[in-house]
Amino acid sequence: MTLLQLSRIGKQFGGLCALSEVSLHIQKGEIYGLIGPNGAGKTTLFNIITGLYQASSGEFQFNGNNYHATQPHLLAKAGIARTFQNIRLFANLTALENVMIGRHVRTRAGVLGALLRDKKTLAEERAINARAHELLKYVDIPARTVAKHLSYGEQRRLEIARALATDPLLLALDEPAAGMNATETASLKALLQQIRDGGITLFLIEHDVKLILGLCDRVAVLDYGKKIAEGTPEAVRNDPAVIDAYLGHAHEP
Amino acid sequence: MQNAPEKRLHKLLHSRSFWVCALLLLPFATDALLGHGWVRILDFAMLYIMLALGLNIVIGYAGLLDLGYIAFFAVGAYCYALTGSPHLATAFPLSIEGGVHWPFWVVLPFAALLAGGFGILLGAPTLRLRGDYLAIVTLGFGEIIRIFLNNLNAPVNLTNGPQGISRIDPVSIANLHLNVTQPLFGMEIPSVHLYFYLFLSFTWLVILASKRLEKSRIGRAWMAIREDEIAAAAMGINTRNLKLLAFAMGAAFGGASGALFAGFQGFVSPESFSLMESIMILCMVVLGGMGNIAGVILGGVLLAILPEMLRHSVIPLQQGLFGKIIVDPESLRMLLFGGALIVMMLYRPAGLLPSRVRRRELGSDEMAEKP
Ligand SMILES: Nc1ncnc2c1ncn2[C@@H]1O[C@H](COP(=O)(O)OP(=O)(O)OP(=O)(O)O)[C@@H](O)[C@H]1O
Ligand SMILES: [Mg+2]
Repeated sequence: MTLLQLSRIGKQFGGLCALSEVSLHIQKGEIYGLIGPNGAGKTTLFNIITGLYQASSGEFQFNGNNYHATQPHLLAKAGIARTFQNIRLFANLTALENVMIGRHVRTRAGVLGALLRDKKTLAEERAINARAHELLKYVDIPARTVAKHLSYGEQRRLEIARALATDPLLLALDEPAAGMNATETASLKALLQQIRDGGITLFLIEHDVKLILGLCDRVAVLDYGKKIAEGTPEAVRNDPAVIDAYLGHAHEP
Repeated sequence: MQNAPEKRLHKLLHSRSFWVCALLLLPFATDALLGHGWVRILDFAMLYIMLALGLNIVIGYAGLLDLGYIAFFAVGAYCYALTGSPHLATAFPLSIEGGVHWPFWVVLPFAALLAGGFGILLGAPTLRLRGDYLAIVTLGFGEIIRIFLNNLNAPVNLTNGPQGISRIDPVSIANLHLNVTQPLFGMEIPSVHLYFYLFLSFTWLVILASKRLEKSRIGRAWMAIREDEIAAAAMGINTRNLKLLAFAMGAAFGGASGALFAGFQGFVSPESFSLMESIMILCMVVLGGMGNIAGVILGGVLLAILPEMLRHSVIPLQQGLFGKIIVDPESLRMLLFGGALIVMMLYRPAGLLPSRVRRRELGSDEMAEKP
C-alpha cells in the first residue's frame, strides 16, 4: 500500500528553483532513502511534506488524503513526524519534557482539564508521562537531563524519541547520522531497523553511503531539484547519472 | 547537619498553616505598626500580584512580549464601572433608570470573558509577529484602549472621558458590604482589611490556576512555542490557537483583577491605565523571575511596596537634611527604578527568583540539572 505519494512537486524561492516536478511514492513499511549533493533540495522536500513550506506546484497524498496547502500541525496529526537537519529540540527543557510535548497531538486535555484536574485529565497525564519514559528508555536517554546538555548523538536520538511520541505512520529523518561517530552510527542503524520492525515507515535523508546501503529498501537521488534516479541502493550506486551528479560536476559533495 | 531550632524554623516556614496565619494577621499587624494607609497599599500590592501573574502566562509561559497588558485591566475595570454605577443612566437617561447595578459576582465572570475576548482581538492580528515587533503592536493596543476611554464621552457619554466613572457599587458578599467596617467574629474589621482578604483569596486562585496550567498539556505546549515555534508546529501543536489561548487567559486574569479594582476604588479613570502601568507590571515579572510563580509574586510585592516606602521616607529625610525638598520622590523613584533594572540585567538577568528554564536559557546553571 502506498503511504506517501508525491505528484510533480515544485518549489520556487524567488528565481531559484529548489524542486521541480519531483514525483515519488513510498510504500508502507519500507525504508526509503533520499540522497543528493548539497543544495539539491532534500530538506526543502521534507519541509513541504511536513507543511512548513507550501509547494509552488504539485500536490501530495498521504494515507489516502490529498494535501496541497496545509499546516504543519495537521500533517503531524495525520501521522508525519520529523527530525531536523540542524537539531531543533526544546533546548532548555528536559529530555522528558521534550518527549511529553511530542504526545500533545495524541492527547486532548484543554484548559478546563488543566484547571480542574479531573480524573480523566490526571489519567491522561499519567499516560503521557509513562509513554515518555518508555520512549526515553527505548532510545537510552536520561529523562531529567536538559536537552542542550546532551551529547550530539544523544540529541539526535532524543529528536527521534520526540517524533515517535506523536505515534507517526511516517518518520522523516533529516540526516540523523550527521556528526555521529562510527559506533553511534551503528547503534542508530539498529534503532532505525527496530523502529521499522515496529511498523513505522521511514523516509531518510542521509549522506552516509554505508548507512543508506545497509538500511534502505529504495533510494531516490535529487540533483538541482530534480529526481535523477530511483531504485535499490545497489542500482542507484552504479547509475552513471548519479555518479555524474556526485563526481562529475564542480559542486561540493 | 542542622541543629534543632534551625530545623524547627525550617519546618515552620514550610508549613501551610503558618503562612495562612501570617497572611491573615498581616493587615492587623500592618495597621497597628504602620497605619491604615499601608493596608491599602497591601491591597494594591495584591492587585499588582494578580496582574503580574496574569501577564506571566503570556510572557513567561508562552513567550509573547506584551507591553499593553494594562488594557485588559482597564476593560475589566470599566466593565464593572459601567454596570455597577449610576453612570449609564446619565448616558442613556431614557432607557436605564438609575443605572443597571448588576451585582459584582455576576459582572466578574463577564469582565473576565470580555477581557479574554479583547485578548484574542489583540492576538489575532499579531500572530505572525515576534519579539520587538509584537511589543510595539501590543504597546499601541494598550494606548488605543486608554485613548478610547478618554474620548468616548461624545457623542454618547459612555465612559465619561478623563473625569472617569465614580460611585461604583462596592463588592459585597451575600449582604456583607466590603466598603464599610464590619463586625465579624466579635471584632470590628475595617473595609481595607476585608478587601485584603478578598484579594488574597483571588490571588490564591490565580496562583493555583497558574500552577496547574504550567504543569499541563497546555502549559507544555506554550513552553514548546516559546522554545521553538517551528519545532512545536512540526510536533503537531496548533501554534495559532495556543498563542491566542495564552493571550486570552492572561487577559481574562487581567479583566477579573480590573473588576476587583473598580469595586475596591469605587472610581475609575483612564489615567490608571497608562503605559507606565503596563511597564510596571512587566518589570514585576521580569525582575521577579519570568515564568516562576514565586519570583513573579516577589517582583509584584517589591515593586508595589518599595515606591511607597520611598515616598514615605524621602520627604522627611530631605526635610531633615536640607530643610527643603530637592528631589521630588516621583523622579527619584524613576531614577532608582531605572538603576535597579540596569543592575538586575547585569547581575541577575533571569530575575531575583528565576524559573529553572530561564536559568538554563541564560546559562547560569551549567550542568546543574545533570543527575
Ligand atoms: N527558505 C529558503 N529561502 C530561499 N532559498 C532556500 C530556502 N530554503 C532552501 N533554499 C535553497 O534551496 C536549495 C535547496 O536547499 P535544501 O536545504 O533543500 O538542500 P539540501 O538538499 O537539504 O542540502 P544539504 O545536503 O546541504 O542539507 C538551496 O539552494 C537553498 O539555498
Ligand atoms: Mg538539508
